[in-house]
Amino acid sequence: MDLAFDAEEQAFRDEVRAFLRDKLPDDIRRRVHLGDGSTIDTDIPRWQKILNAHGWGAPAWPVEFGGTGWSKTQQFIFDTECALADAPPQLAFGVKMVAPVLMRFGSPAQQQHFLPRILAADDWWCQGYSEPGSGSDLASLKTRAELDGDHYVVNGQKVWNTLGQFADWIFCLVRTDSSGKPQRGISFLLIDMKTPGISVRPTRLLDGTHEVNEIWFDNVRVPVGNRVGDENAGWTYAKYLLGHERTNIAGIGANQRELRRLKQMARTLERNERPLIEDAVFATRIAQVELELKALEITTLRVIFAEAQNHAPGPEASILKIRGTEIMQRITELQVEALGARGLIAESPGHDPGEEIPRATETYLNQRKLTIFGGSNEIQRNIIAQMILQL
Amino acid sequence: MDFSFNDEQQMLLDTTQRFLASEYGFDQRRKLLESDEGWSRGVWKQLGELGLLAIDIPEADGGIAAGPVGVMLVAQAVGHGLLLEPFLSSAIVATRAIVQIASDAQCARWLPALASGERIAVLAHDEAGAGIDFTRLGTRATRDAQGFSLSGSKSVVYHAPMADLYLVSARVDDGSLGLFAVAADAAGITRHALRTVDGQRAADLDFDKVRLDADARLGADVGDALASVIDCAIAALCAETFGVLDRILKATIEYSRARKQFGTPIGSFQALQHRMADMLIQFEQARSMMYLATERCSDADAGARRASISGAKALIGQAARFIGQQAVQLHGGMGMTDELDVSHCFKRLLAFELRMGTTDEHLEIYRRGLQAE
Repeated sequence: MDLAFDAEEQAFRDEVRAFLRDKLPDDIRRRVHLGDGSTIDTDIPRWQKILNAHGWGAPAWPVEFGGTGWSKTQQFIFDTECALADAPPQLAFGVKMVAPVLMRFGSPAQQQHFLPRILAADDWWCQGYSEPGSGSDLASLKTRAELDGDHYVVNGQKVWNTLGQFADWIFCLVRTDSSGKPQRGISFLLIDMKTPGISVRPTRLLDGTHEVNEIWFDNVRVPVGNRVGDENAGWTYAKYLLGHERTNIAGIGANQRELRRLKQMARTLERNERPLIEDAVFATRIAQVELELKALEITTLRVIFAEAQNHAPGPEASILKIRGTEIMQRITELQVEALGARGLIAESPGHDPGEEIPRATETYLNQRKLTIFGGSNEIQRNIIAQMILQL
Repeated sequence: MDFSFNDEQQMLLDTTQRFLASEYGFDQRRKLLESDEGWSRGVWKQLGELGLLAIDIPEADGGIAAGPVGVMLVAQAVGHGLLLEPFLSSAIVATRAIVQIASDAQCARWLPALASGERIAVLAHDEAGAGIDFTRLGTRATRDAQGFSLSGSKSVVYHAPMADLYLVSARVDDGSLGLFAVAADAAGITRHALRTVDGQRAADLDFDKVRLDADARLGADVGDALASVIDCAIAALCAETFGVLDRILKATIEYSRARKQFGTPIGSFQALQHRMADMLIQFEQARSMMYLATERCSDADAGARRASISGAKALIGQAARFIGQQAVQLHGGMGMTDELDVSHCFKRLLAFELRMGTTDEHLEIYRRGLQAE
């Protein structure tokens, strides 16, 4: 047993750090640090192109598709260092979600067309899964795709679509058969966002951002060739997608970055004319969450180690998702508490209200989503009960 | 990064588990609990014969030198078995104190008898109200012509009633911190035998001008070495507790599968499923902290070592509180009885929370380290 990275892993970490120091543009780094998302539609592709030019565009892909061929441990180190360096996250919908499905189930033509474009950030992908009546019970989805010659005609509504306002393509779960079990009548379609009949309407969130959309499909014609795999087999592909790339579902790097920021805030901000860090109650709260994060980091490394020993990624990822999201929410709560009443400032035209304002409170509001999306934490507990505890 | 165990470590674990499975069942243990002595010298001798009392002794002194990971695995099995014998007290804590602090001659005198199980030693360090550091130690050793005179009181010393040798920490009149080997039958010692809530035997010890020869002192000013011994003791206690958590969690899951109400196993109810999912999460987080504590045992940086081990004790203490209480709750009325594993495990978990520094004391130690960063 040895919890430390070995010499090879440490050398890799140094290489990643050096790359981030040299190649991550300062303006992007600064915006990520400030939580300024005003130019993510250009920042994310810019960063993806830089990664790709270095051969690091797809850390988890196999080499034959242009990936790095890195081990799970290397991928974890890369993800963690990127987060700590304030690099923007890669756009998951392309690199981490649709791409693995295409590699496994897509046709050679789909692979050859889409995968290089994902690597090079030529296409912005988004996801069409949830519907007004289909959240945790995703298989009940109702968006219809009916065959008309060599096209599907798609009608319906998708919700909680993330960043689709910038998207060139959407991968969608649609109903192609309503006769049997709901899971058996779902197909997986790739739809060009420029197709007539698609409208994107923003859903304003509690933090004031435009992060998610409703997407309406009104007689949208999609070539049959844009279906992935077999008709009515889409549920299998969707499940494959969800089980994929969960190595860093705990978000260890992002949690460490926000904890570092919290400690910095506690050293700088004052209460009763003393640095907040000297307050025993507040410092104990930081200590508590730091310990929980340390434990989660080791638990994550244990899961990665088990995966490397040829254990397929399993339901343990649910443990990582629950704890990682709860810890992040706790850290953001403490950042807001550190600001006290000044954390309430949402806008201050022509006046600098001070460090971390309004970023910390906006982040706190925004991060409430963490325990809801990607399979709510209650669904994750169901998975643990059924798959691990066998209840 | 490697989370596997080597063959020797795996063998130690298997040996301990096999022995306890055959010799230390619920009813066998129950008889010991109710006996006058409260433990079995026979079991103790067998542990010695299996080599398990020598796992923390260097090979040069005739031991197995299983290292922190070996100690962790055996301690885990011992915890799972809810062992009443003084494994941690004598074979780990007192043995480690001797190995780390005593002279070659002192090691040669004591270690073989401890390894065989012939003799038992315990560290007598804790004092009521003193906390786990040494700054408020009330026990005093005064130098005189022959050696030392020792006076003071030690509180809830686990396994003192069965010990032949006490290793007593005391402030020496020159200001240094001393550790003294004191025969249990020395004149001037009053032993108030106690039975602890987890069914173990302990004692309050009063030392009234106990006469000690000069060579009863182990090492010189032993503050740093004793801190390291105590950190390793806490790490081993964390591992022991993880074994208890393993037993109580599995018992709870099995019970929820078997127990039916409203015509269905209670484990099928979502409220209970989510509770058990949370128990599992805390259990896995506790395992990670046990690994951390084990690895940091040998950390030369005393501050970093103490911070990590205190952090582990705090987090595992919280897990012990949550998992223990929920296990009783999920067993319903049966959780309140003396008839099942669960109440026995529950009390052992309570002992963990309060021994060797409470959960809050350790969280405070960790917090002070964070403030000083």
